[in-house]
Amino acid sequence: MNQSGMTLIVKNTARLVSGFITVFGIYIALTGHLTPGGGFAGGVILAAAAALVVLSFGRESSSKLITGPACHVADAAGALGFLVVALLGYLAGDFFINFVPLGQRHHLASGGAIPLSNLAILIKVGAGLAGAFLALSAFRLAPRPDLTGGEEL
Amino acid sequence: MGIAIYILTFALLLVGIYAVVAKKNVIKIILGVLLIDYAVNLLLVLVGYRSPTGTGQLGKAPILAEGESAAELARTAVDPLPQAMVLTSIVIGLGLTALMVAMAVRLYEKYGTFDMDRIRRLRG
Amino acid sequence: MGIELFIVVLIAFMLLAALVAVEARDLLSSVIAVGAAGFALSVIDLLVGAPDLAITQVVVEVVALVLLIRVVLTRDDTSVTSARDVLRTGAVLLGAGVLLAAVFFAIGGRGIPQQGGGTLPPFGQPVLSHAPDAAVPPGVAADYLERGADQTGAVNTVTAVLLDFRAYDTLGEATVIFVSILGAYAILRRIGRRRDASTPDQEEGTPS
Repeated sequence: MNQSGMTLIVKNTARLVSGFITVFGIYIALTGHLTPGGGFAGGVILAAAAALVVLSFGRESSSKLITGPACHVADAAGALGFLVVALLGYLAGDFFINFVPLGQRHHLASGGAIPLSNLAILIKVGAGLAGAFLALSAFRLAPRPDLTGGEEL
Repeated sequence: MGIAIYILTFALLLVGIYAVVAKKNVIKIILGVLLIDYAVNLLLVLVGYRSPTGTGQLGKAPILAEGESAAELARTAVDPLPQAMVLTSIVIGLGLTALMVAMAVRLYEKYGTFDMDRIRRLRG
Repeated sequence: MGIELFIVVLIAFMLLAALVAVEARDLLSSVIAVGAAGFALSVIDLLVGAPDLAITQVVVEVVALVLLIRVVLTRDDTSVTSARDVLRTGAVLLGAGVLLAAVFFAIGGRGIPQQGGGTLPPFGQPVLSHAPDAAVPPGVAADYLERGADQTGAVNTVTAVLLDFRAYDTLGEATVIFVSILGAYAILRRIGRRRDASTPDQEEGTPS
C-alpha cells in the first residue's frame, strides 16, 4: 500500500490541500491588476502545488498526472501565448498596444489585455518550474542508510 | 538612520561576495550567489521608498483605492518603478537557483563530493 | 522614525543569518539560515510598501528552500576542514576594504547627504519621482502613477508598469526564465534512471 512516496497522513493531506493551492495560484495571477500579485507570483505558487504532489506521492505515482512532455509543451505554449498577445497589439496600431477595450474600473474585466498576459505568464512560469523540479527529482543521490524504506526521490 | 540602512545592505552584499570567492564547497557558493541576489533586490526596493509626510501616514503601496484621485496617489504613494524591476529580478533569481542546483547535482553524481579541491584533483 | 528603526533591526537580522549561513559547518543549517534571511526580506518588503514583492519573495523562498534541501539532505556528511588559504583570504579582505571605502564616499562621508555631500539620496526620498509640487519637474514614475489607471485600466500601478508601460522588459524577462529552465533541462537530461533499482547496494558507481 505504501510502496512509493510518504506515509498515508501526508498523502491524504496533499490530496486535500493541493487543489486549494492550485486555485489560489490561479486567483492571484488573474486578479493581478486589482490586488497585489500578478502572473509571476501565481506561476510560482502553481509550481509549488506541483512540487507538493510530486514529493508526497513519489515520482512513479505522480508521473501519471504530471508528465515531463506535458510540462514542456505547456511551457512553450505559455511563452508563445505571451508573444501572440504582444503581436495582436498590431490590431490597434503598434506592438504591445492594449487592443481590448477597457472595461469598468475595479472590475475583473478591466485592464484590457493585461489579464490575458497574466494568464500566459502563469502557464509559462508554472509549467516551467514544475518541469524543472520533476527533472531534478529523477536523480537519486547517495541514499542515507538510516532512512527506512529508502526514499523514492 | 538612513545611512545605517544603506551601509548594512552593502555589508550583506559583501558577505555574499565573500562566500562566492573564498569558499570551497559548491553549496556554499550557491548560497553566496543567492545572498548577492537578496542584497541587490533589497537595495533597489529601499531606494524607492517615500517617507510619510507631515500627516503621519505611512508611504502607501501604489494601488488606487475606491474613491481616490490619481493626483493624490501620485503624491503619497511609493515609487512603483523599482518594484517592477525587482519583481522580475526575484523570479529570475529562482530560475538561476534551479540552474545552479542542477549543476551541483550533476557534479555530485560524477565526482561524489561537493568539495572543489577534490573535484579538481579527481578530474584528471 | 519607528519604521526606519524596524527596518534597521530586520536588516541586521538578515546580516546575522547570512554570516551564520556562510560559516556554518553543517550544510543543512546554512540552507535554513538563508531561508530565514529570505523571510526577513519579505517582511521588509511589506514595511516599505511593496505587497507584490512580499508575496513573490515568500513563495520563491519556499520553492528555493525545497530545491536546496533536496540537494543537501541526501549526501552523507563528511565535512572536511582544510587549511585556510591565506593569500585568497587576504585578497578578499582587501577587496572588501576597497568596496567599503567606495560606499562611504558614495553615501557622502564628508558631509550630510542633504547638503549635497554624496550621490545616494537620503532614505525616504525616491530618486525617480519627485513630489508633483516641487520646483523640479516630476520624474517618470509620478507620470505613471497619475496616468496609470486612466490609460491602462489597471488599478495596480506595478502591474500596469510591468505589462503595459514597460512590456518589452517583461518580454525580455520571460525569455530569460525560458532560457534558464531550458538550460536546467539540458543539464539534467540524461540516463538519470541508472539508479532506479531499489537496492542501495548497487550504489557504488561514484568515487568517494
